[in-house]
Amino acid sequence: MPLIVKLLVQRIALGLLLLFLVSILIFAGTIILPGDVAQSILGQSATPEALANLRRDLGLNEPPVARYFNWLGGVLQGDLGTSLASGQDIATAIGKRLGNTMFLAFWAAIISVPLAILLGLIAVRYRERWPDKVISAVTLASISVPEFLIAYVAIFVVSVRLRWAPSVTTINDSMSLGEKLHTISLPVAVLTLVVLAHMMRMTRAAILNVMQSAYVETAELKGLRMFNIIWKHAFPNAVAPIVNVVMLNMAYLVVGVVVIEVVFTYPGMGQYLVDHVSKRDIPVVQACGLIFAAVYIGLNMIADIVSIVANPRLRHPK
Amino acid sequence: MNDELKYLSRRAATGLLTRREFVGRAGALGLTAAAATTMMSSAVMAAGPQKGGTLRMGLQGGSTTDSLDPALATNQVALMLIRLWGEPLVELADDGGIDGKVAESFEASADAKTWTFTVRQGLTFSDGQEVTAADVAETLDRHAGEDTKSGALGLLRDIKDVRTDGRNVIIELNNANADLPYLMADYHLIVQPGGGKSAPDAAIGTGPYVLKEVDMGVRFVAEKNPNYWGDIGHAQTIELIVINDNTARVAALQSGQVDMIDRVPPRTAGLVARAPGITVASTSGPGHYVFIAHADTAPFDNQDLMLALKHGINRQEMVDKILFGYGSVGNDSPINSSYPMFTETEQREYDPEKAAHHFKKSGHSGSVLLRTSDNSFPGAPDAAALFQQSLAGAGIELEIKREPNDGYWSEVWNNKPFCTSYWGGRPTQDQMYTTAYLSTADWNDTRFKNEQFDQLLIAARAELDLAKRTQMYADMGAIQRDEGGLICPMFNDFIDAHNDKVAGWVENAKGFALMNSYAPVRMWVTG
Repeated sequence: MPLIVKLLVQRIALGLLLLFLVSILIFAGTIILPGDVAQSILGQSATPEALANLRRDLGLNEPPVARYFNWLGGVLQGDLGTSLASGQDIATAIGKRLGNTMFLAFWAAIISVPLAILLGLIAVRYRERWPDKVISAVTLASISVPEFLIAYVAIFVVSVRLRWAPSVTTINDSMSLGEKLHTISLPVAVLTLVVLAHMMRMTRAAILNVMQSAYVETAELKGLRMFNIIWKHAFPNAVAPIVNVVMLNMAYLVVGVVVIEVVFTYPGMGQYLVDHVSKRDIPVVQACGLIFAAVYIGLNMIADIVSIVANPRLRHPK
Repeated sequence: MNDELKYLSRRAATGLLTRREFVGRAGALGLTAAAATTMMSSAVMAAGPQKGGTLRMGLQGGSTTDSLDPALATNQVALMLIRLWGEPLVELADDGGIDGKVAESFEASADAKTWTFTVRQGLTFSDGQEVTAADVAETLDRHAGEDTKSGALGLLRDIKDVRTDGRNVIIELNNANADLPYLMADYHLIVQPGGGKSAPDAAIGTGPYVLKEVDMGVRFVAEKNPNYWGDIGHAQTIELIVINDNTARVAALQSGQVDMIDRVPPRTAGLVARAPGITVASTSGPGHYVFIAHADTAPFDNQDLMLALKHGINRQEMVDKILFGYGSVGNDSPINSSYPMFTETEQREYDPEKAAHHFKKSGHSGSVLLRTSDNSFPGAPDAAALFQQSLAGAGIELEIKREPNDGYWSEVWNNKPFCTSYWGGRPTQDQMYTTAYLSTADWNDTRFKNEQFDQLLIAARAELDLAKRTQMYADMGAIQRDEGGLICPMFNDFIDAHNDKVAGWVENAKGFALMNSYAPVRMWVTG
């Protein structure tokens, strides 16, 4: 067991180092952006006096390196600073938005992950027969169409024509869980369609790979039912690549849904980030970038760890 | 019209009959659906405002980074929120005149240098405090102060002194200004307790509503202010949802999730209008899309080159293809018929021969560089391409450089010598010219410096004789049209839309979109 612990510690340390490097990259990126915060806040109607006053108040006259280290020190103490543009505490504002994003990602994952794996298993069971072909065709088609197009078609059919679910999915605290779920039903459906194919195809490929093995043939010869062979004998050995793809897609559900958020007017992180990028609100952009990076690195780390735990061979690197 | 129809429309107007039922029954009486809808809306207007209900709107422009401080308001959502909770001293009337809001009356001294505004008797803020003349004076002081960030600062520079006398606020100006009430109608200048100096973003004012839920850039809920003095503010609750995506905003209206939206894209406005129960309202206003050249920078300081460009633009084509007909042609002046003292001048037409003549005379060789971006106005890159083609017809080469949206307003506009831009317009000539065409104006984005023009502007400001003033503005328009750096091909209409659950829309109200942003407080929910 100490070997596993050592591996875990290693992985986590590497993840943190990566996160630190990413924070430097994000910071450099935000500095290169054209324009300045004060001008962006005041818009076209900025007078030189107003600009100068705002710039002074926002501390934009300090050098960038000093600003970076001040900020990093704050982050390490859990203080993300205040938004330059709105003067609000970033941690509070992000907390709420991150909660919303997680809420949407959670329900999309709850539906799409089991569904993808189940469809993958069915595709293997009936491989090269019509269920396999139908599942592949439908999921590949849905991943090939841009997500905003699927979203607009869904809005047109489900919201405008049938009026079953709202197209504006602005959830708020006064809603019950049932109301919230009804409100987000369309974006969840669209996100499910978008992430389904990737996970389904990987499940299918990984299991098919294992199905070539001698022990599966043995199981077949013993007369086990096909679905049992797949689920009990092939799937556990195929889990590592599947978990990897599932985690990648979950990360996408958290960090990559800006377009869906905009189309469905969902108050999540993506929309929040876009608003602040356009105002050159560097602390907020950095905080969002860092959180996104942390989510991505964290989920990939989990995938690694699951792979290692599931496959003893990986614990003994040559 | 027979009696049964009249009876039905009355019942529908008072909410005893739904619109669907009414249209159905009217159809049984031989009326087309369109005629029935028209008839019902006139009956609804005649029945007068209904109280109560929830009015929901989906607007573009809000951002998480917005503030409730009226001094910092720059977008449609921020403006709309201000209309709900606050009021300026006076407000633009539908006919272009001035109505009292916080001030019940106002008057000028004979030389238009001293103005007295009288605060409405018994007026209270939404926190129960009485509104005093001192609050008004403090408000003006905050927006005109040395370290203010207010967008209204430019308007207030000419104020020498503000003092109070009982319920009167007396404003002394350095120079005479016959248009001061129009300046006081600026949406930044919301009267707040103590001038809003201690809590600028508290959203406490004298407006018809009180903000209850605030989620910046996402959603706002306002409830009727029970102590409101006036007769607007009909719905009990107003919900504002920020929907920045055009398609999503239109879909929200079509699916009945909101009752009212702004900025219907001109490209799809015709399709939206065809949907049952939806009215698209196009309002002509002072807003215009422009190509601006720095009149003091080579090669645009060359009068002939400017005239070549002005004759080489096809204005009608731009209105048809960029605005899809929702607008009117411009005449290289920022002033159109929406201004009170407007004089028609000869329309400049597309004339490739004249353009070629002036181009040759200018002695300019090579191409002319125009910068544009998507956000400089909707369809700006397309308009630039049209301009390029129409100039090519005169043998003039226009080079188009596409700039990123990010940083356009700081890096390109008012910075590079020739670019695309837009202006929202102002309620009076004086404000428009003072803002952007006076030699010393902060936003003189065409670098137009003309002594005669400046003198006329100052003189017109102090002129209380309407006929003389109108002539002065006509003269200034002519100077600018021929010598200015502004190429103004089109005035864009505001295109808003609402469904038939709300009524009370006023056609062609002056000011900004959505009835100068008063639509939600002046319209009402029909059932």
